[in-house]
This record gives sequence, structure tokens and C-alpha cells, in this order.
Amino acid sequence: MSVAVLEPPDEAALAGVVRTNYAAGEPLLVQGNGTKRRMLRPVQAAHTLSTRGLTGFSLYAPKELVMSAAAGTTIADVEAKLAEHGQQLIAEPPDFSALLNGGGAGAQTLGGIVATNLSGPRRVAWGAVRDHVLGLRAVDGRGEVMRSGGRVLKNVTGLDMCKLLTGSHGTLGVITEITLKVLPAAERTGTVVLSGLEADRAVAALSAALGLPWSVSGAAYLPAEAAARAPGGGGESLTLARIEDFAASVTYRTEQLRVSLQEFGVATIWDDAQSLAAWAAIRDAAVLPAEPDDAIWRISVRPSRGAAVLDAACQKGARGYLDWGGGLVMLAGPATQTMHNAITHAVLEAGGIWTLLRAPEPMRASVAVVPPEAPALAAIAKRVKAVMDPKGILNPGRMIVGI
Amino acid sequence: MIAQPAPKQDVLARRDEIVAALREAVPGDGVIAEPLRLKPYETDGLAIYRQLPLAVVLPRTTEQVAAVLRICHSMGVRVIPRGAGTSLAGGALPLADAVVVGMMRMNAILHIDYADRCATVQAGVTNLAITGAVASEGFFYAPDPSSQLACMIGGNVGMNSGGAHCLKYGVTSNNLLGLKIVTIEGEILDIGGAHLDAAGYDWLGLLTGSEGMLAIVTEVTVRILRSPEGQRAMLVGFDSSETAGACVDAIIGSGIIPVALEFMDRPAIHACEAFAHANYPLDVEAMLIIEVEGCTEEQDFLLGRITEICQRFAPKTLRVSASAEESAAIWKGRKGAFGAVGRISPDYFCMDGTIPTSRLPETLRRIGAMADAVDLKVCNIFHAGDGNLHPLIMFDANDPDSFARAERLGADILTLCVDVGGCLTGEHGVGVEKRDLMGAQFNPAELDQQRRIKSAFDPGWLLNPSKVFPLLEAA
Repeated sequence: MSVAVLEPPDEAALAGVVRTNYAAGEPLLVQGNGTKRRMLRPVQAAHTLSTRGLTGFSLYAPKELVMSAAAGTTIADVEAKLAEHGQQLIAEPPDFSALLNGGGAGAQTLGGIVATNLSGPRRVAWGAVRDHVLGLRAVDGRGEVMRSGGRVLKNVTGLDMCKLLTGSHGTLGVITEITLKVLPAAERTGTVVLSGLEADRAVAALSAALGLPWSVSGAAYLPAEAAARAPGGGGESLTLARIEDFAASVTYRTEQLRVSLQEFGVATIWDDAQSLAAWAAIRDAAVLPAEPDDAIWRISVRPSRGAAVLDAACQKGARGYLDWGGGLVMLAGPATQTMHNAITHAVLEAGGIWTLLRAPEPMRASVAVVPPEAPALAAIAKRVKAVMDPKGILNPGRMIVGI
Repeated sequence: MIAQPAPKQDVLARRDEIVAALREAVPGDGVIAEPLRLKPYETDGLAIYRQLPLAVVLPRTTEQVAAVLRICHSMGVRVIPRGAGTSLAGGALPLADAVVVGMMRMNAILHIDYADRCATVQAGVTNLAITGAVASEGFFYAPDPSSQLACMIGGNVGMNSGGAHCLKYGVTSNNLLGLKIVTIEGEILDIGGAHLDAAGYDWLGLLTGSEGMLAIVTEVTVRILRSPEGQRAMLVGFDSSETAGACVDAIIGSGIIPVALEFMDRPAIHACEAFAHANYPLDVEAMLIIEVEGCTEEQDFLLGRITEICQRFAPKTLRVSASAEESAAIWKGRKGAFGAVGRISPDYFCMDGTIPTSRLPETLRRIGAMADAVDLKVCNIFHAGDGNLHPLIMFDANDPDSFARAERLGADILTLCVDVGGCLTGEHGVGVEKRDLMGAQFNPAELDQQRRIKSAFDPGWLLNPSKVFPLLEAA
């Protein structure tokens, strides 16, 4: 299907597009540069509405730890802007452009990261994208501009509509501007690395590391096949615990951590350059051993169940790795209903959630790409959708049929 | 008295029938209907407003909460959720035709999991009891509202409470993993769990800070964190709030995020010193308490760098603590601030706006002028790192004129916070206190959209109605 891409140059024009489609009852596929359009369920829409025409910074106050940018601003531009003042995005958002092979029209945008609430390794210690969204401007399904939150770090005024919109995959509103809390980037990064552990033992080591007072800000396990794809990896599995801080603290804390983890083996310490390269590969899932035709699942469970989910999936022929101390399971495997059922069964057993990150379109249209909700909650979701998007024109069916 | 919706006459008329149904749902002494015994529930931390409820229910289980809500739903009875009743915004103020559901008997710590760094507790467990339960293993629960000895985690979720240390550790919503909630229809739902993030809509985020308007929270799964090796405080005094503000900017700009960064103005310093004898400098206009964490060497390093920065702003006093005792002494005055103000004034309002930190000097100047104009005293305590400002307005509630001037000054101060780019409430919530000021921050369409989100959870507006949103004519 050939679709027209509408790229309004500002929020008012974007609201006009939505109003027109609201009047006509015509669905819109909402995206930024489209790098994640192959996530979740395919959207049937006559028109694509892109936020890529909305770019630039409306506020950056480094001393107040706050930044506002239009939704179409690329993550790369945001990171470059923050780096001018030695600051960074706290949640370390991943770039799945290569993984999703979405054929997007450019680099991923800030709006895309907020709409999908995708966070990287630092999530385990410093929170998700949704934890740092201070304010949003968005256009709802009737074409009305709405503001929520603000530009200050603490704000409990009214319902937290920022949380509702963040991670809603464009189904409740088209986010046009985002205000984020930002933090200073660490002076130095170091990583304590154990080799050759099995998954359950690795998670025990990571759990110990996260339970010590050294402020571990990344905790990943790469089985041998994933480790081989990591910068600095060899033929053995790698268990990695990261520390980001002032240089002297990194020296002190990595050494303390190395000693603390002695019962798990002889650890080595990776320096700044090696650490940065390895964690970027983990963040972007470049270490995931995925075949071109594989489906990819992103799973969140309680950390102590991560190894069991990984092992269960691997026994069925999937491959993967763990982040977030075991709590994030990234899996690649054959794009079949059987594999999907095996994986989602293991996740439900573990009390966790999944997102089908990548799969051929027919599979994404037919399986539950996120876990179904209890009937009473699903009914609330339908009513909330009706409040925000009464005619169901914004990314209909993106996550769940009928939403 | 603040305007409230008219009581439903049919509900008042069926009072005995409602109480009987509630007694069946919560047997024993779990239902209170005698006026004298209802008295303790007529108000909360905003004690100027009082209203006896129809009845109070004190359930012991989630199933009892569900049964109570089913009864209230079927009989059209309004419901006021209540934790410890410490809300400074009137979040638990009853209505004459409403049933108060008090959570204090649901005070069990259900599960602690150190490997997964989380704890599941019932909603009536106090904030400090969570840390108390995990401290022996070296862990803590991070959000630390001033009322943490008394306030309950269910109320913390309702108000999305903060504390002095949330510059580093975040507020309640940043430290939650899961909730068990009961909807107004009496459906029990699990939201989140022990894992990070949601796959669908972020219900956990929406429910947190929803002030009891969407559901009643009965269980909470929180993240617990390993305590740092140690912490140490320093105190520094300046001859103007401008200089103190510039110093805060310079500290943050240097890449250091202290775990706490508290600001007190001259009246606050004097009140706290007279009360707590913390050896605060009395000749300064503004004082900062700055705390850092880490091992002794790390503390030395950070405090050394912060001292260097402070010296550039010609401080009148600078005292770096050398021990845990000295740190405790520095904090003693600040932590006793409410008691200190309570000693010098018969009554006070604790306001709770947030402002962009760069606007602090201007905001303090304008608050001072506004207070002078109505002949009231205000002292200011400020979480300087995150912009959360707590002006304490002193007045005499027995003097109607003083009370009226204080109420008006409070409204003007919060409107000022919005005008300079901030918001009405940083951590206390809207409740009834700031309800009628919401129009200063949101336009009618935005308020209406939020109202419709409430309706999606509670179509009949039975759960904590008349809070947060200005009353509609029809109400």
C-alpha cells in the first residue's frame, strides 16, 4: 500500500492534520522517522503522520537539569546538545534502528523514544525514560493541543498525564514537545568483568553487585555467543557490572566490587574506552545473536527469574542475553507461533511482561505482541483510549486490537 | 469552610442500611458509625477543615476493601480513602455522605526480596517501617517525606510523595514496581509486579499521585536500595539569597549532584535555631545544608570540591561536618522546622510550590513583599536542587481576619510559583487545599480531559470526589 507521509512543520499544522482526520474518521499511522515502525502490531492507515518536521530546542537550562525539545529532534542531536555541557540522557535510550531494520527516513527521534519508553542499561539504577519526562505537549485524537507536567523537577499537580502518554506508542496522542530531566555525565566509566559463568550464577553475581553500596549502573550477562559479538569479548560468557562516577570513585568502587565478587571467580576490570564500547553494544542489542529472519522479543521479569526465562527459550532454539541484573531478557529466535508461545509461556510463569520487538508482519498481526490485560483493566484501557482518541484514529491496533 | 458538593439526601436517609451492609462486609469492630468515635476522622494534616463522615470502615484485607467498594458502588455512596491522615492538602477530608476507608489495619510487611531488591507491603505500613524492616540488611526505601514516621505507603502512592533526598533518588513514582488496587466496582487488579516497566499503558504511573480518585491501593511493591557507605553534611551561610542561589547553580553546574541540597531563609534559620539549638548562624540571610554520600575519601573529595565552589561566593559561615554526630546536628534544626514554626505561631500553612531554581531570589523577594502587604510572617524552606519551595505562612486560626489573609496569601504564593514557570504542588498534592487554584496551571480543556480520565476509572465519581478538580456547577 502506498501511503502519503504528512510532515507538518509545526504543532499547529500537526493539530490541523489530526482535526481533519478526526472529522473524516480516518486513521493515522503516527511516527517520527519511522525507525520503530516494525515494532508491535502493524497499523492499517491511509495516511502516515510524522513529527519529523518539528525539531529544535525550546529550553535548555543545564544548571536546572532540564531540557525541552520538539518531538522530531533526533536523539543524536539531543545527546550532542547535552554533551556541550557535560550532561546526558539519564535512561540511556537504545538505538534499535539496525536491529529493527525499519527502513526509516532518518535517525530515531526523541518523540519516538518517549512514545515507546525504551531505556538502556542504566535503567536498572537510574530509572526509565518515563521517570525523567517532566512535561509534554501533545495533540489528542480530536486535534486538541494538551499540556501535561511542566518544566520543574517535582510536580504532583493533577493526574500524571505524562506517564499515561509516555510508552503509549502514539495511541493516545501525538507527542509534539518533551521536557526532560537530565544529569551530568559521569567523568569515568569502569566495568568489573567475570568470565565463563552460567546464567543463574551470573545473575547471582549481578544481584550481589547491585545489592552492594557501589552504585552499579549497568549489570548484564552475555552468554558465549552474545559475548563473541561484544567489543572485548572472546569465546566465553561475560558477566559485566558497570560503575560510572568521578574517576577516583570509579577506581575505588571497581576494586571494591572486584574483591566483593571473588566467590564468583577472578574478575578483571575494563577501563573507560573498553567499557563505553561494550555498554553501547549491549544498549543497542548489537550483541544479540539474531539471524536476519528471526523474531526478537524484549522481556522484563523479576531479575532472579531472568536466567530461567533465558534458559527455557534457549532450550527451544532461541538465543539471547540479559541486562538490568537479569531483569531484561533480549531474545532472538525463529519467527513462529510455537516459539512465541514457548517464550510468552515462560514469561507469564515468571510473572513478567514481553514486547514483540521484531517479526514478519503476518506474525505481528496475529499474536499478542504485549501481554493481554485482565478484563477489568482492559475495559478501563478502552475507556481511556476513548477519552484521548474518541474515534480511534491514532495508531489503531498498535499494541492491542481495538485500542 | 471550603465549598463541598451537596450531600446526597438519599444516601443520608439510608445511613443505617449502609452501615449494616458494611458491618456484614467487615465484621467485628471494623465499622465506626457513632459520632463521637467518628471525630478522629473528621480532618487530616490540614486541620482547619473538618467534616464528620457518614461512617468509617477499617478493613483488614484486600477482599474486605473489595466488598466495601461493591457495597458503596451499588448504593451510590461516596468513598474517601485514608492512610495515616497526614495530608497537608486535605486529601482525606471527608464528606457528610461519604464512607471513609481507613487503611491503618492493613499494616503487614508481606514479602522482602533482597535478591530482587524489592519489598511488598500492605498500604497501611508506614514509610519509615519499610526502611526499618530492611535496614538490618543494609537496605532502605528512598523517598523520605518529613512525616515518614507516621505517613503510610498507600498515602505516599496517592500523593506521589517526595522528601529531602529525592534530588538523587526520585519521588515515590520512581521507586515503585507494583500495586494491588481495588476499583470502585470492587475488582481486584494487579498493576506491574516485581519487574521494571509496563508493556501496555503505564497504569502504575497514572495511579501514582492520583489522590485516591481512581482506585484504592491495598498493596505496594517498592524498590529497596542498598544504603551508601556513609553520608556527611556541610552548612554554609550567605549574605543574600541571590548568592546562595548562584552557589547552588555552580555546584550543579560542576557536575556534582549532592544527595540533599536544602535552603533556608533568615526567618527559617532563626525559628529553627531557637527551637533546636543547632548552632545555626544568625547573621546570614540564607543558609544551605548540603549532603554527600560515599566512603570517607569520597565524602572528603566531594565536600572539598563543594567547599571550593562555595568559597568563590564569599560565604559568611562554612562548616563541614567531620562526623556523623556533627552531620546530625546540622540536620537537627532543619528537621525540626515544622515544630519550630509551630512554637512561634499559633497556626501555620505549609505551602508546596515548585519553581525553576533560577527564579528563587526573585520569588523570595516577591513572597516577602506579598506577606508584608498583608502583615503576615513567612519563612521559607526550599529543596534547592529540585526547586520545591515550602513557604510556611504563620497566622492565628482563631482570628478570622488573620485566617482569611493567610488563605489568600497562600493562594497568591502558589499562583506566583506557576507564573514564574513552576507548579502548584511539588510533593503534597492538590487535595482540597489547591483545588480551586488548578485553573492557574491548566486550561479548561486540560482539566476536562483529566476529569474524563477519572471518569474512565470511576464513572459515577464516587472515589474521593471534590478533590483535585474545581467543583463543576452541576456537582
